Amino acid sequence: MTDSPPTTKLPAQSPPVDPAETEAAGHATPTATAGPSGGLSWWHGDGGEGAKRNLALIGVLLALFVIGAATRWDLYANPDWVWANMLSILKLASVVGVVTVGMTFVIIGGGIDLSVGAIVALAGVWCTTVATQSFGAGGMIFTAIIVGVAVGLVNGTLIAYGRLVPFIATLAMLVAARGLAAEISQKQTQISQNSTINGIASTDLLGIPLLVYILAAVVAAGWVLLNRTTFGRRTVAVGGNPEAARLAGINVKLHTLLLYALSGLCCGIAAIMLTAQATSAQAAMANLYELDAIAAVIIGGTLLSGGRGTIVGSLLGVIIFATITNLFAINGLSTEAQNMVKGGIIVAAVLIQQIQFGSLSQFFRRNRLTTS
Amino acid sequence: MTGHDAVSGTGGTPVETTTGEVVLRLTDVVKTFPGVRALDGVQLEVRAGEVHCLLGQNGAGKSTLIKVLAGVHRPDSGHVEWLGERVAFANPQAAMRAGIATIYQELDLVADLSVAENAFLGHEPRRFGFIRRGHMAGRTRQILDRLGHAEMPPNRMVRALPAAGKQVVSMARALSHEARLIIMDEPSAVLAHDEVENLFRIIRELTAQGIAVIYISHRLEEIREIGDRVTVLKDGRTTAANLPARETPTSDLVSRMTGRDIEYVFPDRPAETVVGDELLQVDGLTRTGEFADVSLTVRAGEIVGIAGLVGSGRSELLETIYGARAAETGSVRMAGRALRPGSVGAAVKAGMGMAPEERKSQALLLGEPIYRNVTLATFARYARFGFTNMGRERAEADRIAESLEMRPRDVRRAVRTLSGGNQQKVVVGRWLLGDTKLLLLDEPTRGVDVGARAELYQVIRQLAAQGVGVLLVSSEVPEVLGLADRVLVMREGRVVRTAPADELDEPTVLDLVIAGSLMEGAAA
Ligand SMILES: Nc1ncnc2c1ncn2[C@@H]1O[C@H](COP(=O)(O)OP(=O)(O)OP(=O)(O)O)[C@@H](O)[C@H]1O
Ligand SMILES: [Mg+2]
Repeated sequence: MTDSPPTTKLPAQSPPVDPAETEAAGHATPTATAGPSGGLSWWHGDGGEGAKRNLALIGVLLALFVIGAATRWDLYANPDWVWANMLSILKLASVVGVVTVGMTFVIIGGGIDLSVGAIVALAGVWCTTVATQSFGAGGMIFTAIIVGVAVGLVNGTLIAYGRLVPFIATLAMLVAARGLAAEISQKQTQISQNSTINGIASTDLLGIPLLVYILAAVVAAGWVLLNRTTFGRRTVAVGGNPEAARLAGINVKLHTLLLYALSGLCCGIAAIMLTAQATSAQAAMANLYELDAIAAVIIGGTLLSGGRGTIVGSLLGVIIFATITNLFAINGLSTEAQNMVKGGIIVAAVLIQQIQFGSLSQFFRRNRLTTS
Repeated sequence: MTGHDAVSGTGGTPVETTTGEVVLRLTDVVKTFPGVRALDGVQLEVRAGEVHCLLGQNGAGKSTLIKVLAGVHRPDSGHVEWLGERVAFANPQAAMRAGIATIYQELDLVADLSVAENAFLGHEPRRFGFIRRGHMAGRTRQILDRLGHAEMPPNRMVRALPAAGKQVVSMARALSHEARLIIMDEPSAVLAHDEVENLFRIIRELTAQGIAVIYISHRLEEIREIGDRVTVLKDGRTTAANLPARETPTSDLVSRMTGRDIEYVFPDRPAETVVGDELLQVDGLTRTGEFADVSLTVRAGEIVGIAGLVGSGRSELLETIYGARAAETGSVRMAGRALRPGSVGAAVKAGMGMAPEERKSQALLLGEPIYRNVTLATFARYARFGFTNMGRERAEADRIAESLEMRPRDVRRAVRTLSGGNQQKVVVGRWLLGDTKLLLLDEPTRGVDVGARAELYQVIRQLAAQGVGVLLVSSEVPEVLGLADRVLVMREGRVVRTAPADELDEPTVLDLVIAGSLMEGAAA
């Protein structure tokens, strides 16, 4: 070095770089977000995002509870009523909740399933035909599940191997499956004569409806599957970066197929639950469930573009919707107003998601495009 | 000359050609991310008309520093003086309007827009609110011409361009502003040899007009060639400022970067290479428009290098061997057994692993933790009855992080928060796990710093010594020659020469790669 530079600091510490020193140099400053950069660096946050979001959703639930208590204190003053009301909210959420678990997997895996409501209807109708009912409860459950999985496999095959866009493939399936359901039922309401099936909706265990147990079991299984198994890991990889997943040796097509089959399976289970609740099935049942399920998934913080999401968030999304429905019902308000509120909540959730998860380049792009 | 288009625009200040006047000064700049102090008191001084190089290990804070300058990040403390005034750019547009244009390390182009639309993104020439398309295309053509790429049509979709082409577009974007400072973050990492020459020519033109350039690269020889002064960063601090780029001894630069002395050399070749049986046999592999009639073999324990320009079909060849593309004719055999064409699964099962060329789009799950990225190809192996074993995965990833000097060492951090070079280590590290028999490496050291590079070479050699076959593609001829036992030279989709590495030298290979075979004596 010939000229001694004006701002030269001494060469760094002479001992070789060891992990400890690097550690020290980065001296963990977890409180770093304070200061002028606070506004920018929070969207860099990593780890625990999901957990933080879920806490926020629980906050929303608490707020809804407070609103309920404020508007109908006469009811909320009675703890027994509150407990019973909570159970009825969960019961209300149970069928959509089961569908939502499957939907969460599909969306994390980078797809979407618009046919879930139609699959529930088809499975419900098929398992309540006179012929199926003659096989008893076991036969009905078996049929509903097989129908659900089979339709899911068709979806998955079209998307994974037929290279159809998920939106189109499942939209077509929505129309076709409802059509088939109407054909099978000849547009009649099919009454379920099976007391075991019907009992699923009316049985309580330890004071809690059986439907709520089923929801809990499906959610727990979904959580384990997503977070603790190779299937879940593949789902995140396939949704997050399909090319990277493929080059890492993951069979992306097969996995995509399985995701839609899983969604179909959840629909089959939901079909039994819904049939039990109504003690009947018809082609128009589970109408617009796809929208409820997708909305719940989005509110739960799952990235619509895939690669990231939580089961717990989706469950909370479903419960929030059910709570809003309940809140409007106990206040005697119209469903129209209710739908407007729900729409607003979906928009808010997506906006939060965009800001929070938007990648750096999207951030640039948006800024450049909007401020010039 | 066309160049004036870019510098003397509407309200642009007149261009002084004086060298020496300080245009940019950073004092004690600090920038922290949750858990990381990326910049910890940086000083930097840039003069008009100079090429100021930033040196530092992976994760030293170079990219963070330039993002502070470009208005992407706001510093926590310290200040930035631009043209004699204290500034704090609120966003990238503010910095651009002030005359600072940036080419980012991770390209930031919109794949579904055209070359011209990308070049003028956000500052399209308008009249009465309408974009003047013809005018924009014309100016883009001028800029491309100046960049030596007159052949690139301004209305071509960026998606359809090869990596080097994308780099040209982001350079065109920087030139489309009336910039007085152009920042380039590892622009040469994706460029072929002749493209780098081109880049240097442009940089010289710019500085002759008094434009200052901040240039980041891990290749010291480039810094010697193009740089005027060097500032060295280590762990977010300036450890040396304004060193003369040409005179400062390499050992000095390296020790200021790393705090120790690293011999930047290739590990010694083992006295006698113990090559085993034929592992990979490729026969007459062809894909129209990409490569034709390629045959090659890799033996167990052998490192075979492929030299060639970007666009010579090297990456496509590697991907085809790996089954990521299906060959039209020809066969790929592993240990004598033919692999199903177009099936990555079959290749992986047979023991192949590939570190692809583009880390972001082809290899990484950016939002996922480091360890899950490292074990992306192996997590199923550690699993029992389908249940993942995250403790084991973390331990294995830790081991890789250790041996490749990954920083930060905490493998639970999201890959998104890593510096470019450290992300690259994740990509390569993935295949050092498990029982890979044949390693396909496409530009494995792209963006990796001098020290970590030496570690990586060591690791590759060790694997070969354990009987792993390696097929290596690199734009850096010394890397191919220094690491490989045998070298294949590719040009325009064909293998033009195969020879043991010690029979070739750099000029020979470059001649083969660029102009023609030695027999034709056609070195231009
Ligand atoms: N968005 C972020 N969130 C958290 N940490 C970050 C973020 N961006 C960078 N870092 C950290 O800041 C440090 C400096 O990173 P930077 O990208 O500036 O390194 P670099 O010098 O450009 O390295 P390379 O040569 O590998 O490109 C690294 O430890 C990196 O992990
Ligand atoms: Mg960098």
